[in-house]
Amino acid sequence: MLTREEVLNRFNLVFRDVFDDETIIVTDATTADDIEDWESLTHINLILAIEEEFGIKFTMSEVTLMKNVGEMADIVLEKTGK
Amino acid sequence: MGYSLTYPFDSGVLLSKYKTIKRELLEETRDFTRKKIAILGGSTTADIRKMLDLFLISYGIIPEFYESEYAKFWEDAMFPSEKLTSFNPDIIYIHTSLRNFAQYEHYEQMWEKLRETYHCPIIQNNFEYPYYRLMGNKEATHGRIKEITEMNLKFSDYARAHDSFYICDINWLSADFGLSKWSDPFYWYMYKYALALPAIPTLSYNVANIIKSIYGTNKKAFALDLDNTLWGGVIGDDGAENIQIGQETPEAMAFSEFQSYLKSHKDLGIILNIISKNERENALAGLKRPDSTLTPDDFISIKANWEPKSLNLSQTAQELSLGVDSFVFVDDNPAEREIVRRQLPGVAIPEITSPEHYIYDIDRAGYFEVTTLTADDAKRNEQYKVNAARSELRNSFSDYNEYLKSLEMSAEIKPFEPLYFSRISQLTNKSNQFNLTTKRYSPDEIEAFSVSEQFITLYGRLNDKFGDNGIVSVIIGEICDNNLKIILWLMSCRVLKRDMEYAMMDELIRIAKTKGIRTLTGYYFPTAKNAMVRDFYETFGFTKISEDTTGATTWSLDTDSYAPKQNSIQVNFIK
Repeated sequence: MLTREEVLNRFNLVFRDVFDDETIIVTDATTADDIEDWESLTHINLILAIEEEFGIKFTMSEVTLMKNVGEMADIVLEKTGK
Repeated sequence: MGYSLTYPFDSGVLLSKYKTIKRELLEETRDFTRKKIAILGGSTTADIRKMLDLFLISYGIIPEFYESEYAKFWEDAMFPSEKLTSFNPDIIYIHTSLRNFAQYEHYEQMWEKLRETYHCPIIQNNFEYPYYRLMGNKEATHGRIKEITEMNLKFSDYARAHDSFYICDINWLSADFGLSKWSDPFYWYMYKYALALPAIPTLSYNVANIIKSIYGTNKKAFALDLDNTLWGGVIGDDGAENIQIGQETPEAMAFSEFQSYLKSHKDLGIILNIISKNERENALAGLKRPDSTLTPDDFISIKANWEPKSLNLSQTAQELSLGVDSFVFVDDNPAEREIVRRQLPGVAIPEITSPEHYIYDIDRAGYFEVTTLTADDAKRNEQYKVNAARSELRNSFSDYNEYLKSLEMSAEIKPFEPLYFSRISQLTNKSNQFNLTTKRYSPDEIEAFSVSEQFITLYGRLNDKFGDNGIVSVIIGEICDNNLKIILWLMSCRVLKRDMEYAMMDELIRIAKTKGIRTLTGYYFPTAKNAMVRDFYETFGFTKISEDTTGATTWSLDTDSYAPKQNSIQVNFIK
């Protein structure tokens, strides 16, 4: 079973790739406002990269409803825990 | 470092590491050309643009992009915006999909408008099939499947009838990718992408292949291993009678089909060569088996010896007057592949896996993406063969002039004609070595030079007793009062040392004089590949008038001081 900490650590690697910024450290409270290049079109790259990292697939409603990195981690933990 | 941008690439990595990969690609030192590409989209195109960016840079083309506002492809084409007209694209890519299905006329009208406004190559998607079927199989006879099939045929009819118009076959791509994965509606509802994000690198790779083919950076030749590549087994150990080829075993059939696949490339003008670690007689014995599809005659060069393959490959390249970067090296042995990869960067080396998948492994890379198919392509192998016969003849003469006379050469040197626009454009895009200014022109631009009174255009076609070499030389000169600026001068290396350049200059000056030209200005712009013509104008008695720090030179000649230089080629003689 993945721990929340592991998920966030792996998020960091994915975020750094997608936004090409080695200094990024995400927390549960991180949102698009906190990362310069995180806008609607890079969001799709982020979603796909997270899906590939954890071997999962988000549904449309999950993607539209998630409000911050913490909620994204919740969904990843739920999907990988099954 | 080392992200693969040739097939098979990792789409997820390319999408998530776009910025890093782009930065690293641009750090490589190589000759880049710059092209302006307008993407007119019927749906979101952001990631299509990014992936196209990566693949084109990997092909040596640095693109500058214009993207239409979301789904405004038609408006952009029909009511040209200031932004697009001032962008002045070199290529227009129209990314439409089933989401933009409309009357055929709607599309044709748009293409016509774009052609007359921009005179540049157009790449147009055809349509993918829907991922659901309302009536099931009936859709194929009375429904949308039938409509789409018919529409795609109309698109391809238009492409067949118009130069510089190319279909991006997403109908095939989506089938190959898996239609349900390609059309995953998640990406449409979420981001208005007409195709799934994971499919975008595949689409962009396909578009990049068309573009690099238009600009002449296709591969031109195969260098093929023999044992376990063209047949199963090791002929030196097993004997010619025991290698796997023919129809007797599954393995033999796979190798036979692979041989047929390679042989078909000859009609596209791709040259086949052998590079094998074998005794020559063994190599030939395998190819001479009656059930071998490929025979010794199918190859231009057969090197079967124990020298390193990198050495044999660069020698073959030299003999054929090709760069090593024109070659696709096919060898089942990963160690041989690795050595050639290290010694000769630029050679394409597919990671072939197992004989039944060789065709797939090579085909997907798009090395030979065909955009123009000229009559000369089909004859190319013949021409290389005949060149070998000429070399033999040459060796039998001690005096080179006697040899040239014995070739009984005749040339047609005339202003551009519509029939040859696509071949002439192809030459401007493919010729790198005997090319003074390395200007690349599309068929439309060639046509524009041809009809303008301001330019003198000449093509040269060379015949000899062995056959027709096709169109081998092109000149474009711009008239400025009584001066002629030679903005393009190129010749195919197939006809080096045949006095063809002298025949071309004689004819150019003869025509220039009839138009009142008193002086010629010649230019040499150095590239990584055209050192052989650095002193070209000097040989003709031009005077150097300037040289800049890059080694670019400008030359001048009074037409009155010029005396015709060649007498071994009969020019414009009607038989």
